[in-house]
Amino acid sequence: MAKLVIDPITRIEGHLRIEAELSNGKVADAWCSSTMFRGIEKILKGRDPRDAWVFTQRFCGVCTTVHAIASIRTVENALGIRAPANAELIRNIVIGIQNVQDHVIHFYHLHALDWVDITSGLKADPAKTAALAASISDWPLNSPTYFKSVQDKLKAFVGRGRLGPFANAYWGHPAYRLPPEANLMATAHYLEALEWQKDVIKIHAILGSKNPHPQTFLVGGMAIALDPNSQSALNDAKIAEIRSLLAKTREFVEKVYIPDLLAVASFYKEWAGIGAGVGNYLSYGEFPRDNSGKREKLWLPQGIIIGKDLTKVHPVDHKKISEYVDHSWYDYSAGQGKGLHPWDGETEQNYSGPKPPYEFLDTSRKYSWVKSPRYEDTPMEVGPLARMLVAYASGHIPVKKAVDGVLAKLNVGPDALFSTLGRTAARGVETLVIAEELPQWLDQLVSNIAGGDLSIHNGEKWDPDHWPAEASGYGFHEAPRGALGHWIRIRNQKILNYQAVVPSTWNASPRDARGVRGPYEEALVGTPLADPQKPLEILRTVHSFDPCLACAVHLVDLQHNELVRINVT
Amino acid sequence: MGRKKGETRINSKEEYVGISEILEQKGISRRDFMKFCTAMSAALSLPATFAPQIARALDEVKRPTLVWLEFQDCAGNTEALLRSANPTVAELVLDVLSVDYHETIMAAAGHQAEDILAKVVKEQKGKYIAVVEGSIPLKDGGVYCCIGGRSALDIAREVCGNAFATIAVGSCAAFGGIPAAAPNPTGAVGVKDAVPAATVLNLPGCPLNADNLTATVVHYLTFNKLPAVDSLGRPLFAYGKRIHDACERRPHFDAGQYVEAWGDAGHRNGFCLYKMGCKGPATWHNCPIQRYNENTSWPVGAGHGCVGCSEPVFWDSMTPFYKRLPHVPGFGIEYTADKLGAGLFVGAAAAFFAHGVVKAFRHEIEPSEQERKEGEK
Repeated sequence: MAKLVIDPITRIEGHLRIEAELSNGKVADAWCSSTMFRGIEKILKGRDPRDAWVFTQRFCGVCTTVHAIASIRTVENALGIRAPANAELIRNIVIGIQNVQDHVIHFYHLHALDWVDITSGLKADPAKTAALAASISDWPLNSPTYFKSVQDKLKAFVGRGRLGPFANAYWGHPAYRLPPEANLMATAHYLEALEWQKDVIKIHAILGSKNPHPQTFLVGGMAIALDPNSQSALNDAKIAEIRSLLAKTREFVEKVYIPDLLAVASFYKEWAGIGAGVGNYLSYGEFPRDNSGKREKLWLPQGIIIGKDLTKVHPVDHKKISEYVDHSWYDYSAGQGKGLHPWDGETEQNYSGPKPPYEFLDTSRKYSWVKSPRYEDTPMEVGPLARMLVAYASGHIPVKKAVDGVLAKLNVGPDALFSTLGRTAARGVETLVIAEELPQWLDQLVSNIAGGDLSIHNGEKWDPDHWPAEASGYGFHEAPRGALGHWIRIRNQKILNYQAVVPSTWNASPRDARGVRGPYEEALVGTPLADPQKPLEILRTVHSFDPCLACAVHLVDLQHNELVRINVT
Repeated sequence: MGRKKGETRINSKEEYVGISEILEQKGISRRDFMKFCTAMSAALSLPATFAPQIARALDEVKRPTLVWLEFQDCAGNTEALLRSANPTVAELVLDVLSVDYHETIMAAAGHQAEDILAKVVKEQKGKYIAVVEGSIPLKDGGVYCCIGGRSALDIAREVCGNAFATIAVGSCAAFGGIPAAAPNPTGAVGVKDAVPAATVLNLPGCPLNADNLTATVVHYLTFNKLPAVDSLGRPLFAYGKRIHDACERRPHFDAGQYVEAWGDAGHRNGFCLYKMGCKGPATWHNCPIQRYNENTSWPVGAGHGCVGCSEPVFWDSMTPFYKRLPHVPGFGIEYTADKLGAGLFVGAAAAFFAHGVVKAFRHEIEPSEQERKEGEK
């Protein structure tokens, strides 16, 4: 059987390789491998738990807040610290805008070129393009002159003979379906989104100094002081700026992203029947509505859907999570075949793949740096689709309204959600509901400040002398790419060990002990390929998950219980 | 280069398309372009009178090829590039340069992507600029980072070794960064250590400030050479001053006014973060001046201490992040009290200032040749 390799998978974060076997023009089997390893959890051992968020934040620079959030929640959980309500509200705003901005970048800059043929836009009629744009949205940047100018820029770019980042792509591929006008419109919005993303993410800079890698998180709260009348704190002027950026955020999502998503999707409806994957969905829930730490207070609900059955939402118990390494380049001391819970997990990296340079991996054995997390021995898909399905099945009103609206516009039923297109559509739905909710959290913060509550940090246990000798905890977060969990063990004020089970570990996992495929692998089986030399269709499904591989690979080491720390002295 | 105004400049082989012309096509006026050139003069610590020279150079320059490699990275520097300060600058960089290879943004994938890289190395040997993001693992034959089945080291040797120059963006590519933090599980190093023969300019930071990358590129296009650097290969225009010396909270340090607890009155009033662990006194970077996200803010400005992210081995030398630095020169009224409490950290302090010690430390945590061989058995 012909074997196909795509390495690197581009337009993702990190280093991802897909190997696939083809049969009758379809993917018969697939293997997903991550080819980069850093071992950051090993580096964390012996350090101050309050520093952990700065380290874990560097798991990923794309979803640049998520491991900081998960880390501070984990340490707070271990030490029994409750952050003030204001800190939770600021975290919600930080998480919310991260989600929205990241999803829009994903749609336009990482995923769109799988559906949009930029070069076809050269043939578009600008007047017809303007008419098309006007038929789906009242976005002001729309006129024949505008689209003509975008097309002229495109022509100049192509005319100079060097396509830069757009060179050598699959342009003209038979799987591209959009008419030239839709391609030109999407290309214009690709460029507009590039400007927009950089503006709206200034909210992170206002609240947390910079983006990427905002430097503002604290175990017990946040580091931005609140004071309506101080130049050096979050004051009225800065709040007004955030408010205006939130309005700009929402306007673009409502008037550009969602209409584009629906327009593009309407030409690719067969993709509602491709790329379903494992059919099990996990969400930890997100956006606490108070600082009680109670899961029932989460705005987006927690839950599990099994076997695409939307009539039942199962509860989440973190103790049912375990990780396998039967096909990952690690050893377990008790041998293979068993999954271990993150608290009890052990990992020792032991590369047994081919010596580089290599042509193929031995996929019958170990073939990835990603481990295989399973929930009760079942693979789970995580991400916007999982969140929206759990919320939809839980009767979450804004999500239900938005999902039903999208399904009605595309004239498809809820079954269409279990697909490559469903994954991409769910990301849009989520962006919309969060963009609409974001101003409420700012309003609550403003109302707290107006009432004289300026608290931003709970300092009762800031001093490690107030900690117990031993503590363990975990923290959940819904990152843009899905369910994220961190686990920690603390001993004598230091990290004894640290473990992260991240969204792309769930989604990009290789096979487990029983040989059951991970979500990417399962979703790729059956994918039709018009031209195996140009596997555009594989990119569509893989990109629909929004892979983030630097996050996915990590290491915890319990075999060496001593605190490893080399002193600079 | 003696071109006449109005001459046809669009030519697929010899690309003498002026930047201002490209910008005009994008609807950006000559005036905005000059404003950018003036801003660049300032970023490069040059007098404003250099602006016309920068403008002339940018207008005449050939569109050089840039390839951006990602190794043990988090893509944070790529994201920083996407947020670069001036919206026109991001496009300028994308348009003025021909960014032929960049995994995170490029449309091509798999062997079609690798073909592009191979073509650049072959056809433009010694002329293209390589940008590297992420560290390079040397341990165990380089198995900890492979792209297209090749090790990062193998790719770096070829691509950086044949480039006009390599710009190491972010602290991982510059100094090994977080993967090289103790115990450095993968034997990670920066580009210069991995490929000693390459011409490498370091733009550390976690991530770097994209304005500093833009300014470096403009410097190269204007003067046809790389900017002057310090002993760590960092351009002086961006790493020539200590954060502490340009910090907006410095007057409070001098007056002995400190934040004592997060959210206290001192914190709300912008007092000095030294006691909360700020590493500004030991860090050389232009954050207080250049700031981030279109000059919106920077860490100390937004209320959190500096973590020293532009310094080598900061993950080991600057941690714990919330412990104050000892013996900071010019220390205020509480000097005596703090000196007593600082005894524990005297040793670490030596490393902040003595890069020789830091360097020795790095060798200590990297596996020796013998250890590596043993590891391979």
